[in-house]
Amino acid sequence: MIDDLLVRSALAGFGVALIAAPLGCFIIWQRMSYYGSTIAHSGLLGVALGLIFAINTSAAILAVGLVLSFFLLLLQRQKLLPVDSLLGILAHAFLAAGLIAAGTLQDQRLDLMAYLFGDILAITSQDILWIYIAAIISLCLLIWHWDQILMLSIHEELAQAEGIRTEQTRFIFMLLISMTVALAMKIVGILLITAMMIIPAATARPFASSPEQMAVLSVLFSGLSIIAGLAISFQFDSPAGPTIVMTMTSGFLLSLYKYSR
Amino acid sequence: MSTSHWVLLESEYILHKPSINIFYFTNTALALLKGSPLPTLSKSGAMSHTQNTKHPLISADHISLLRSGLKVIDDVSLVLNTNEITTLIGPNGAGKTTLIRILLGLQKIDSGTVWTRKNLKIGYMPQSFEVNRAIPLTVFRFLTLALGNSRKNIQPFLDEVGGGHLVKKQIQNLSGGEFQRVCLARALINDPDLLILDEPVQGVDYSGEAALYRLIADIRRTRGCGILMVSHDLHIVLGESDKVICLDRHICCSGVPEMVAQNKEYERLFGKEAAQAYAVYNHNHDHEHDLSGNICSHEDNISQ
Repeated sequence: MIDDLLVRSALAGFGVALIAAPLGCFIIWQRMSYYGSTIAHSGLLGVALGLIFAINTSAAILAVGLVLSFFLLLLQRQKLLPVDSLLGILAHAFLAAGLIAAGTLQDQRLDLMAYLFGDILAITSQDILWIYIAAIISLCLLIWHWDQILMLSIHEELAQAEGIRTEQTRFIFMLLISMTVALAMKIVGILLITAMMIIPAATARPFASSPEQMAVLSVLFSGLSIIAGLAISFQFDSPAGPTIVMTMTSGFLLSLYKYSR
Repeated sequence: MSTSHWVLLESEYILHKPSINIFYFTNTALALLKGSPLPTLSKSGAMSHTQNTKHPLISADHISLLRSGLKVIDDVSLVLNTNEITTLIGPNGAGKTTLIRILLGLQKIDSGTVWTRKNLKIGYMPQSFEVNRAIPLTVFRFLTLALGNSRKNIQPFLDEVGGGHLVKKQIQNLSGGEFQRVCLARALINDPDLLILDEPVQGVDYSGEAALYRLIADIRRTRGCGILMVSHDLHIVLGESDKVICLDRHICCSGVPEMVAQNKEYERLFGKEAAQAYAVYNHNHDHEHDLSGNICSHEDNISQ
């Protein structure tokens, strides 16, 4: 029974890593770490709205994420405030809205802790199936737009001059992040999703000599950390999501040895 | 305006006008860069254009751009021809980069017309930029990214700019001069009819500058493409150019280098010393320096 639980959790975690880690590379390249956090913060509003209107929470999270991305694209058309300020505004506006929406649900059962920290051990076989379907669709979408998003990360103006539709490309990128957040929430929870995207990518950086290599390595690091993290969590009965994130962080600290060379 | 005149224009040029909606504009720019069939232009567009006998690549006609009520581009007209180096000089804030963005189709204008020859391929080299160190990127990957779906060999393009040995290097580890050459190779990769180079020698040391300008002149000679180059080093640039445009939001003066260097407006913008420095520089070289400063023959320097 325990083995079965471990295998299911590891499978679910790896499914999320398949898309989260390569996306994390792009998040790092575009200096958009705050964007992941902002989308994650908006996840609570998605959950609450999903429960209020009795729709699938993942779909609700995705919808809220897209609304947020749309706001961000609009706000980015003004040139006075930098993007991190805009993200700071949006993150907290959406978090506040999420808390208010959650407040109206007091009579219903809304286990905030489960959404904030996830519960990888409660994953069902059907969840796993959905995770893999969504992850593979997202991955295909990412590979299809790979060159464009990469070019956008290298030099926006050059990308534009070469005929890349920058706003459209950026929207696809944001859509992918929203999908990943919706996907990963059950595994590590809202607070730690960004970690699952960024830490493996950062760990892969010093070992990679091409963007593609960095993406593949980040998936491997992520997968290894998930397995190791789960094993440790079983051994010491620590919460699974946070233990996975701490394992990833340890891997990153080890990679610093390579950074320094 | 005769009917035959109109037919000629419609078949050979696409038009950017301020009245065109944003989607037309972007689509045109995109189609232009992809070399795909273009949308036909509206008839009103032919009105202000006087036919150019030299069949220009791009012709800008009295274009202006307002930003917060100020004219950042003021009634600028220019013609870019094939096999011709046009150098755009001017002080900081003169609108040089903005003008380039307009010609590339990235920036809308408030009045005037930009005529772009149909299926014109532009190679663009932006102002020197710092490559994000978080992206592991070899010169090879940086160049293949520009290819899209074609499976071209990129090595000849690197060789052409004297950067053949750089192919496996990480972009982050290149020197200023090496990086500019790689960017130049990237601009050449789709065999452009027009090269647009925004401050090509930025971040290059003094001895490297002359070599890079020499390389650009050679590219024009071997490829016969048109080149538009932005610069604010004056004297080195002028010698290789066919045409110099001195921009300070409006065109202060333009013409062959000697004329511009002696122009009063030029002297007002850049000072007497600059105007005299041109005369000092304008002499014949009997030798060249390579990137490390060694004396070498002209051909060596290019093929290196």
